[in-house]
Amino acid sequence: MMRNENYEAGAANDMNSRDRILKDKKNNREILCYEQVDICYGEKQIIRDCSFSVQSGEILGIVGESGSGKSTLIRAAMGLLGNTGVVTRGDIWYQGKDLPDLSEKEMRKLCGPELAYIFQEAGSSFCPIRTILDQMYESVKEHQKTTKAQVRDQAEELLSRFGFQDPGRILKSYPFELSGGMKQRVGIAAAMLLNPKVLFADEPTSALDVTTQKQVVEEMLMVRETFGTSILLVTHNIGVVRATADQMLVLKDGKRVEYGATGDILENPQSEYTKKLLSAVPVLRR
Amino acid sequence: MRKQKVKKNHLKVRLIIFATLAAALIICAFFSEHLCPYDPYAQDLSIAKAVPSPEHLLGTDRYGRDMLSRVIAGSKTSIYSTLLLVGFINLFGSAIGILCAWVGSWLDSLLMRISDLFLAFPGLVFALAVAAILGGGVQNAIIALAAISWPKYARVARSQTLAQKETVYLRAARLSGCSTFALITRHIIPNIVGPILVTAMLDIGTMMMELAGLSFLGLGAKPPAAEWGSMMSDTRNLLATHPWVTLAPGFAILISVMIFNLLGDTVRDWLDPENGGR
Amino acid sequence: MMKPVLQAEKLTKIFKSRGREPYTAVADVSFSLFPGEKLAIIGESGSGKTTVVNMITRLLDPTEGKIFLEGEEITAKKGRQLKETYKKLQMVFQSPVESFDPRRTLGDGIAESLINNGMGRQDARQEAIRLLGLCNLAPEYADRYPGEVSGGQCQRAAIARAIAINPRVLILDEATSALDVTVQEDILKLLTELKDKLDMSYLFICHDIALVQNFCDRVLVMYQGRIVEEGIPDEVIRNPKEEYTRNLIASVL
Repeated sequence: MMRNENYEAGAANDMNSRDRILKDKKNNREILCYEQVDICYGEKQIIRDCSFSVQSGEILGIVGESGSGKSTLIRAAMGLLGNTGVVTRGDIWYQGKDLPDLSEKEMRKLCGPELAYIFQEAGSSFCPIRTILDQMYESVKEHQKTTKAQVRDQAEELLSRFGFQDPGRILKSYPFELSGGMKQRVGIAAAMLLNPKVLFADEPTSALDVTTQKQVVEEMLMVRETFGTSILLVTHNIGVVRATADQMLVLKDGKRVEYGATGDILENPQSEYTKKLLSAVPVLRR
Repeated sequence: MRKQKVKKNHLKVRLIIFATLAAALIICAFFSEHLCPYDPYAQDLSIAKAVPSPEHLLGTDRYGRDMLSRVIAGSKTSIYSTLLLVGFINLFGSAIGILCAWVGSWLDSLLMRISDLFLAFPGLVFALAVAAILGGGVQNAIIALAAISWPKYARVARSQTLAQKETVYLRAARLSGCSTFALITRHIIPNIVGPILVTAMLDIGTMMMELAGLSFLGLGAKPPAAEWGSMMSDTRNLLATHPWVTLAPGFAILISVMIFNLLGDTVRDWLDPENGGR
Repeated sequence: MMKPVLQAEKLTKIFKSRGREPYTAVADVSFSLFPGEKLAIIGESGSGKTTVVNMITRLLDPTEGKIFLEGEEITAKKGRQLKETYKKLQMVFQSPVESFDPRRTLGDGIAESLINNGMGRQDARQEAIRLLGLCNLAPEYADRYPGEVSGGQCQRAAIARAIAINPRVLILDEATSALDVTVQEDILKLLTELKDKLDMSYLFICHDIALVQNFCDRVLVMYQGRIVEEGIPDEVIRNPKEEYTRNLIASVL
């Protein structure tokens, strides 16, 4: 009896470890890698010596307070630092390409089909005078040969998969006809039309009410599940990170304070700053 | 190390240079009587239409008056009338604009429709008509130009005030117990003075040209008064034979307009929040 | 029973604009704020909580209903009469930096209300520095401009300004929502201290229910212009009666 149990337990263990190895092997495809990155705006250094990597299908939560440089960190990968911002040291590798060294033209080719970026207010990145479908078609057309009908079918399917009740109506709407949370979710869907490998999301839920915030979080999880997209999620909301991220990175004054599995950090923070940050978050006692 | 692509900002240097030049121009105009080498009105037909020479650096006009002296003397009329004009329309227009924005409702509609009325006419043509009705003279030219120019300031001040009216700090000031008067003088005006000042600065050049234009057409300063516009008009038939007589006041206008325009541009850049200006 | 320090009675606000259906932003909202109480109004965007605040601070006229401050009706007060009202009723805004005139120092901003209420310029400055100290800011902050300090520091200065003339009621309109959590924690600590020191009541407008649970004595839940639920935060959270409240609590991550 004993032996049998032990035996079975051992087999289960074996299974588990084999599964884990297989899974690791499958997952161990590093898609994006920051190596000792420094970023300056003019004379001012915003990011110091920041390294981390993202596996394909992984969600990385980047947490920090205002001025920590968390948005700068992901903007650097997309070349969105503006006129004065420069990656002064280090590399950001994406599939063998060092992103800061790419020319504007090469970068433009990547933006959309490979890398996508969602702003805090996706609503304001829609043109106010054209319908959602027109704008989706426009962005897809940039990168692949397609027709409007194709884009419509694709978008309708995607939206219904994301749980929208009436995708047809949404595609026909103008941005102002949709609520803030709706626009944010449609914005994410629009980015996914080109099936990018990496999605950068800059505070995607911060402007939203809690009830809509939850929907956006669920949609991002669905994106990962459906497309295996890696997501870099910048937020100051620990709750959002807890709900979504596999790995998390805590940033303070441009420096990496802590980096590791989300569960480990939330349960057992190592650095003083992370401890202080976590204890300051008001927790709902249900 | 990746290369820095940061541009150096020469704004401060530019500001100092143009402000100094403008100040020099204004001071020069103020002391014009003492700067003239000769009496700008003294005629001496024996040296009429003299070519520029060490004695008369810009030559003389057909009555033998020293052109350099006349240009310097003219600066007083031209620059001071312009500054007076711009100052006046600035104050008047802004006051109307602030009033409109603050009171709103029917007063706003009424005053804005009146300003539309003035804006509906082509500017200089309207000024011509006004000047023609009032008769010549620098004063009347100023009145004519003021009549067509104040609506612009009213509009700028109005939109700026409307924007300020919605700010959180104005609400906070109201909660601090500020009266309406205090809100306007202590909070609104200091915060809208920048854009209005820039409009005024950029307008100095235009106004100088228009004032000179009216004088050129004989509706502003009258000869023999030394005024750049009327001087050009007075001597325009000498352009082919004795160009310096016409070109001297022309260049004086050109240089002054350029200085004030460049100063206006620089002040605008300087006040631009993107330069961290305050 | 204690007399309420602030009382709203059947407040209703209907916005009418030409060519559009009249929009009811607030409907039939009644509540009382008792001395020493921390009362929260919680709601999402569009719930009407901001409109309620705007009516109480007399920025908007209610379509119907009455507002009482220490028993005195302030619903119809205008212009100069409001100065007396604002001596008892002050407010801290969501965006601290924007709540100060960008061209004046923080010290000037705080002194302004003191001067408006009859204090001399020199004394007002001294008092402003004392108030900054009360809010844990060093005297040199009196000479800083709002753009030169952090959001948290600026919010401290805004609190110093609000308490300058010893108000009875302090409205905190999302006063900590724009701040980082660590800063938020400090500000709430400060507010708790000040309330006991100065004997004020707080009307705490907020969208974060966890924060309300930790900070407030009583909560009103607003949804679509109405108060749908009212009670002690712990009870409301553990035992929500309305569908909306339940949904709201379930959405907290």
